[in-house]
Amino acid sequence: MAQTATNPKGMTFGEAGSALAFAALSFLSIIIAAKAYTPEYAFHAYLFAAAAGAAVFKIVDRYYDRPAELPPLTINGKPNYNMGPVKFATIASVFWGVAGFTIGLLIALQLAFPALNFDSAWLSFGRMRPLHTSAVIFAFGGNVLIASSLYVVQRTCRARLVGDIAPWFVVLGYNFFIVIAGTGYLLGITQGKEYAEPEWYADLWLTVVWVAYFLVFLGTIMRRKEPHIYVANWFYLAFILTIAVLHLGNNATIPVSIFSPKSYIVWSGVQDAMVQWWYGHNAVGFFLTAGFLAIMYYFIPKRAERPVYSYRLSIIHFWALIFLYIWAGPHHLHYTALPDWAQTLGMVFSIMLWMPSWGGMINGLMTLSGAWDKLRTDPVLRLMVVSVAFYGMSTFEGPLMSVKAVNSLSHYTDWTIGHVHSGALGWVAYVSFGAIYCLVPWLWNKERLYSMKAVSWHFWISTLGIVLYISSMWVAGILQGLMWRAYTSLGFLEYSFIEVVEAMQPFYVIRALGGALFVAGSLIMAWNIWKTITVGEEAAEAPALQPSLMAAE
Amino acid sequence: MPATYKFLAEFAQTWGLAYFVAVFLAVLVYALAPSRKGRFDAAARMPLQED
Repeated sequence: MAQTATNPKGMTFGEAGSALAFAALSFLSIIIAAKAYTPEYAFHAYLFAAAAGAAVFKIVDRYYDRPAELPPLTINGKPNYNMGPVKFATIASVFWGVAGFTIGLLIALQLAFPALNFDSAWLSFGRMRPLHTSAVIFAFGGNVLIASSLYVVQRTCRARLVGDIAPWFVVLGYNFFIVIAGTGYLLGITQGKEYAEPEWYADLWLTVVWVAYFLVFLGTIMRRKEPHIYVANWFYLAFILTIAVLHLGNNATIPVSIFSPKSYIVWSGVQDAMVQWWYGHNAVGFFLTAGFLAIMYYFIPKRAERPVYSYRLSIIHFWALIFLYIWAGPHHLHYTALPDWAQTLGMVFSIMLWMPSWGGMINGLMTLSGAWDKLRTDPVLRLMVVSVAFYGMSTFEGPLMSVKAVNSLSHYTDWTIGHVHSGALGWVAYVSFGAIYCLVPWLWNKERLYSMKAVSWHFWISTLGIVLYISSMWVAGILQGLMWRAYTSLGFLEYSFIEVVEAMQPFYVIRALGGALFVAGSLIMAWNIWKTITVGEEAAEAPALQPSLMAAE
Repeated sequence: MPATYKFLAEFAQTWGLAYFVAVFLAVLVYALAPSRKGRFDAAARMPLQED
């Protein structure tokens, strides 16, 4: 009996457990694929089987390659950060961003020139539109949030991410969910709930991934060396936790069979509509706002090299925002079967949201006090500051549109589309671009971005694109709303529906032009990121085992 | 059912309101108490620290 002196190498509980779980999932998926009711569902089951099989292989392969000891938590007293999953999610966000913007451009062109669906079911607007929204919100935005949150929580807690397999499971599992959701829309699998289109099996998978994300994030906070939990982590935690609750509530469905992609929701009628918009609006509030505010609270101070303007305001901002947002959903259901009091409640809470939103905006902008000159020289900081300005603008416009009198004009028109894109392009995408431009040199240990000039071009081209987009949609939306409600002297509707559609044509062309500029900007970014990683100048002092965090200048 | 609605509505409009105001005041006290100034000023610089 040979007794080894050092620790013998053995599989951890996580490695063995997840390999077994994936093997079981792969086996189950093959059975489902064989008995699936539809070929589309069988295709998804095969994807699950292949991915789970690949996961088993990768876990075992990684086990044979690694040393007996897991990576240490600290090296020479400094935290040994785990940046591999962060790098993957950063690259994925750039890829999905370009893909999602391009599909957006395609559907913008389809609205102006309907022949561009090429009479193909796959390319029809009804399938492309959820592909676009999910690609930009969940694939692009989601990967930015995962990358930045796993980065920020490590840096501000001075602790390595919890788990060995778990962080990789979160990042890869989330992107696998994106693939299932996206191919599902192309194949016509949808439960028809806006921003919650994936069917029950994709939802179940996302639930498992999201719980792992929550545990990794929370575990890292609990391992922190800093006594105080930095405000960005509060925003990230609110985002992760609330999205879990929303996802479970709005996807409470019962599948027809385990062999069928189709499921039915347990809510009915107007209750279903209310749950849907409780989900939908808080996806805006907690995914597209709280998560990206966390990015603002870390990356703007870091880039401007200034402390947060008012940390006290950031605390009030956080609690006020999360308490108010959760009530605002009913404003999506004005003048519907939803009880009047619920509509008014949604409207009142939406208007109250002005205060925390603008408090946050002021806090973000004023963080530049004493560093305003950097806007002239640093286009990355410019992207982030303009994003906060757009945040202020779209959170002013949103409450305005939630007022019933305004909503009676704006609802169902392109004004809503313009509003959403001033938030999505101006705020979410810009603060994400800023974070990506910051993260890439830090993660890959580069002195600076490959080309600052290219960042400047990206900024100006996409800003022009956003201006074209939102101004054309304002005009289109108000025109549409006014034409719909115009009566003749005899009390008949003045315009037929198709006359209104016809009037939209020039604005749809301008909007598509704006979208094309935005796509062009994102391609410049992708090129710049690629060049930074492949041929960028190495940072001066390269620590042995961890990425340096020297500022890029 | 109408009785349940009336009870819930009254509860929300009185105790619910008081609860939210109290929570908000507690947040204000927590954030603005002079004794925490030093801690929050240090926290505002957390992104800038290097290790």
